Amino acid sequence: MVTTSTTYGSTGPAARSRSFLSKLRDGDEIARLVTFLFAMSVVLITVLLVYQLWVNSALPRHKFGLHFFATEVWDPIADEYGALPFIYGTLVTSAVALLLAVPLGIGAAIFLAELAPPRISDALQFFIDLLAAVPSVIYGLLGAFIVVPLMRTVIYPALNKPLGFMPIFKGPSYGVGFFTAGIVLAIMVIPYIISVSREVLLSVPRDQREAALALGATRWESTWKVVVPFAKTGIMGSIFLALARALGETMAVTMVIGNTPKIAASLFAPGYSIAAVIANEFTEATGDLYLQSLIALGLVLFILTFVINGLARLLIVVTTQKGSGVTR
Amino acid sequence: MKRLTGLLVAALTLAASVWADNDLLINGAGATFPYPIYSKWFDEYHKKDAKIQFNYQSVGSGAGIKQVTDGTVDFGATDGPMNDDQLKAYQDKHGFPILHFPTVLGAVVPTYNVPSVSSALNFTPEALAGIYLGKITKWNDPAIAAANKGVNLPATDIIVVHRSDGSGTTYCWTDYLSKISEEWNGKVKKGTSVNWPVGLGGKGNEGVTGLVKQTPNSIGYVELIYAAQNNIPYGAVKNAAGTFVKADLKSVSEAAAGAAKSMPDDFRVSITNAPGKGAYPISTFTWLLIPEKISDAGKRDSIKGFLKWMLADGQSYTEQLSYAKLPKEVVEKEKKAISGVQ
Repeated sequence: MVTTSTTYGSTGPAARSRSFLSKLRDGDEIARLVTFLFAMSVVLITVLLVYQLWVNSALPRHKFGLHFFATEVWDPIADEYGALPFIYGTLVTSAVALLLAVPLGIGAAIFLAELAPPRISDALQFFIDLLAAVPSVIYGLLGAFIVVPLMRTVIYPALNKPLGFMPIFKGPSYGVGFFTAGIVLAIMVIPYIISVSREVLLSVPRDQREAALALGATRWESTWKVVVPFAKTGIMGSIFLALARALGETMAVTMVIGNTPKIAASLFAPGYSIAAVIANEFTEATGDLYLQSLIALGLVLFILTFVINGLARLLIVVTTQKGSGVTR
Repeated sequence: MKRLTGLLVAALTLAASVWADNDLLINGAGATFPYPIYSKWFDEYHKKDAKIQFNYQSVGSGAGIKQVTDGTVDFGATDGPMNDDQLKAYQDKHGFPILHFPTVLGAVVPTYNVPSVSSALNFTPEALAGIYLGKITKWNDPAIAAANKGVNLPATDIIVVHRSDGSGTTYCWTDYLSKISEEWNGKVKKGTSVNWPVGLGGKGNEGVTGLVKQTPNSIGYVELIYAAQNNIPYGAVKNAAGTFVKADLKSVSEAAAGAAKSMPDDFRVSITNAPGKGAYPISTFTWLLIPEKISDAGKRDSIKGFLKWMLADGQSYTEQLSYAKLPKEVVEKEKKAISGVQ
């Protein structure tokens, strides 16, 4: 009885550890563990980020509460801070950027993936990858020296004269402002949209195209009605990648937006964005409340990105369900 | 193999100890405005005494004050003196005060771009305050025109440009405006960043200059050094004695000389709108922030040695970099104050 139990007890774990060891030798367990830890580090970083932002923005949270999101005042001397003009500026510039970049980017991607000869497509892809790698401060410089004067002398008169009755095109232009920032952001995010959308379109199975063509569709019909809907999820993904970049862009925006914490209906008016104000004022933020208000703005930007990404996921789920019959 | 490792470790330890013995690293952080002269000074001082290595990070006055208060650097530097709350915070944390040592002088100048005007413009305090408050909106406003007789000023809107990043330049500019305008002092006040009533923001001196250059009928303000080194035209400002003075090394030094007589013992003094016929009214000291007690004897002696050298030989490097020298009275007073560092 005693002997049996001891033999039983001693062989069990030994056998198990032997199998664990053999698995280790195969590398499966190690690979699993290591990659699992790497994957978890993403979660860890996000959690720590939010935790730090939350802890270090306690002062404005207690002092202003939800009021922080609703006030337009940003006064470091009187120690009063409101996030509204910055949230507005961030959303408006990103929206302008997407309005300009999405049609252009997707159009270019369709050409590169479907219509262009492969050699031209690959050559252009090289240029697109180059554009995506240009540092944002370079785009900012180009914006400040080329887009800003162009805005004042060409784009503004062209839009203000015929469309000036609409509030968004009203008022004077200083060259810098929401619209200029939107244009520069659009230029910056287009490479992302083209690059990712092109890959997605190229990965649509050949059968899909051939089937459409066999049914008598023209080249364009097969592209627009079959290939693009098939790749819709991926194209959406490229747009949200672009949006994320536009929301967080700092240097290029601060060089062309005018850095004025005001809300204006006109796209030509100067404004401010969350990332820009943090970059501008962080080094000289002397008071605790001042510094923590800037960190609170960082948290707001994080939440904004989170919410928009969440909505994006939702949009994809909804559209794919009732959409073109593509299932995942 | 083992012997080799041992040898290597021994060599490394030796190298480390030699390095530690010979090189004393003193860390500082703060104002960006005096960075060119500070880096020149630290470089020259290192040539003089190779054992001492200063490492200065030009992270901004606010960050300099914060870092020296936190104790992460040996000394700080600022363009605007620490206020009473900040001094108290330092005293409470460390148990001893922090001392201000003026090092050089700087000035802030109004720069503008009015295409139809080629001569240098004169600005009265009322005109500058009015423009930056958004009360004066046209270039041909009587407040500007009265000081510029014979200049054909256009009836165009004035586009106001200010710094968007917090800076000592803004501190000096707003310090001046709050001295000469009741309304500014009540509504906006002074600081490294303020809630501007009007205008566009440009990042850094180069951002303000870029906006002014590109925008017709605009006005902005930049550091004298930046304007001088980049040949940017700037206007004269009416001083407290009633004369229009253009900023240069002489007029800035004169502003300091006026203030030197009434220099408080802690050197925290604003010299904007200083008395004196030739004094440029938008001038400022810039300060090093040195703790009163430095426990590390080596560091203490090095810092004191550097301060003494800076007040004597160091001052001769200032003018080639467009900074104005400290007045004699201030130098003498500071020499006495150095012994207060223990």
